[in-house]
Amino acid sequence: MSDGAFGLSPGEPPATRPPPAIAAPGVVGWLRANLFRTWYDTLLTLAVLYVLWLVVPDVVRWALGDAVWSGEAAACRAAGGACWAFVAEKWRFILFGTFPADQHWRPTLAMLLTMGVLLASADRRFWGPRLLVLWAVGLGAAWLLMAGGLFGLSPVPTELWGGLPLTLGLSVVGLAVAFPLGVLLALGRTSALPVLRVLSTAYIELIRGVPLVSVLFMASVMIPLFLPTGVSIDKLLRAQIGLILFAAAYLAEVVRGGLQAIPKGQVEAASALGLGYWQRQRLIILPQALSLVIPPLVNTFIGFFKDTSLVIIIGLLDLLSTAKAALTDPAWRGFYKEAYLFVGVIYFLFCYALSRYSRYLETSLSKGRRR
Amino acid sequence: MTDLSGDEPIIELSGVNKWYGAFHVLRDVSLTVAKGERIVVCGPSGSGKSTLIRCINRLEEHQAGTIRVHGIPLDQDVRHIEAIRRDVGMVFQSFNLFPHLTVLENLTLAPVWVKKTPKAEAERLARQYLERVRIPEQADKYPGQLSGGQQQRVAIARALCMNPSIMLFDEPTSALDPEMVKEVLDVMVDLAQGGMTMLCVTHEMGFARRVADRMVFMDKGEIVEVAPPAELFANPKSERTRAFLGQVLGH
Repeated sequence: MSDGAFGLSPGEPPATRPPPAIAAPGVVGWLRANLFRTWYDTLLTLAVLYVLWLVVPDVVRWALGDAVWSGEAAACRAAGGACWAFVAEKWRFILFGTFPADQHWRPTLAMLLTMGVLLASADRRFWGPRLLVLWAVGLGAAWLLMAGGLFGLSPVPTELWGGLPLTLGLSVVGLAVAFPLGVLLALGRTSALPVLRVLSTAYIELIRGVPLVSVLFMASVMIPLFLPTGVSIDKLLRAQIGLILFAAAYLAEVVRGGLQAIPKGQVEAASALGLGYWQRQRLIILPQALSLVIPPLVNTFIGFFKDTSLVIIIGLLDLLSTAKAALTDPAWRGFYKEAYLFVGVIYFLFCYALSRYSRYLETSLSKGRRR
Repeated sequence: MTDLSGDEPIIELSGVNKWYGAFHVLRDVSLTVAKGERIVVCGPSGSGKSTLIRCINRLEEHQAGTIRVHGIPLDQDVRHIEAIRRDVGMVFQSFNLFPHLTVLENLTLAPVWVKKTPKAEAERLARQYLERVRIPEQADKYPGQLSGGQQQRVAIARALCMNPSIMLFDEPTSALDPEMVKEVLDVMVDLAQGGMTMLCVTHEMGFARRVADRMVFMDKGEIVEVAPPAELFANPKSERTRAFLGQVLGH
């Protein structure tokens, strides 16, 4: 920095220099800049290439070259590659579980409706009270499609629901209820009223202190005990309640992190303008706090989506359980890799979409708002 | 004390006490402010001057004594607090603009949600006040895109949009770079000349001399002396006032 900003004498204009030229452009330039810049870069690159050379051909041969795409299990066992015939045979069972096979259009439509609602909610232009109506109508219609019993749809008891619709339903409804609940708990925990604060804190710590499996067991076994004899709650609903109670505690802690990051002056300015408690929270504090915690929030959402697979322990057939169940078919025993890959890809697509969306939301919300 | 020139009192503090834990921040503070009066509160840091004006709109709660604004007592009744806050504007040292809202939205928020002013009317009013603080062209920017002086002027306009009859200023120029202090003070002088009742905590003695009807000198939580600025500067009665003014003015 010999001619930098520090040594300027009065009257002398600051020297401007063009930025340093980028090294050779194009593919070769990129390779040199990113893979072979120093001797240890080169060494690492070569090591990685060697590992890839060892692994990739075998994987490709297994997944594509030697794979069997259709036919019987016997053909698969003879070939030694991936048995996609298993997925071709079982995909409907894995996706829809024991839902009556001639009615599969119903869960399909229900899922499309749910995803439509999610997509509409993803667009910031639609954010507003009308979105609540859309959720009520969309999810109500999805529920009706699944359960039936109206408009000539044959009733399908929830014991027969399974697969992706179950996973998706538990997650979407779970988060839709748990999120506002979590926000309320976070507000409770940061409240000035000692009773609210103690109750919220106790709830959050209690739920966070036990594993999800035990919350699900409690919901499944304990809730019926509290009900008067003769009244019973559907097993699916009990699982849903358990999941909501669990997720709310975790979301509350994420939201609290955001609330605490907002400077005290924001509340003071809003109070001084005459805004009441709920107006302050809704208009000033929460919009800022929530946009601060989008990454951990989405992290929790993704975790929750995958955690729904634990409902198998109380006997519900979610997407992962139907894949396991499909493997119990004596004719198709042993094709674990294919079953789990298939389910894994589905989980991944949903989680990845969520993660991309959170990136978009973060950038679009932070535009022009840097302090 | 000094004459109130026969005007009706708009703020009345009597025997106000406040503690932070064991620390006694306000000791038997009594002060009456007449409508249209401009008061400058000064004193060393930690003297309780900010706490005093923050008690007037209940950002801080006093523990003994009474505070009345427009005759309404500040007590546990939420309706009283809300009524007083609607009528008392406040400007903070750190601006406290809402960073997620544009300048215009910052200005229209309270009129729309608190006073239920129709949005178009609130926006018209907001632009009028932006004009008054001389930054009409910044309406659609976010606070983070403005300079400190501009942000503080937006904050003043935001408070004015509620059409308050009293304005509280809590060290409004302390967080500003020196070259921006004047643009904010100019707006405040303008406001003072318009007849607004003002309570300013500030170290800007030039401003005090120019606009204050009375100056309040505080030290260790007490009001030590109240006098018109000319009198206070020329002939401070208390030794503590003399020492403080010597430090503020003596260079």
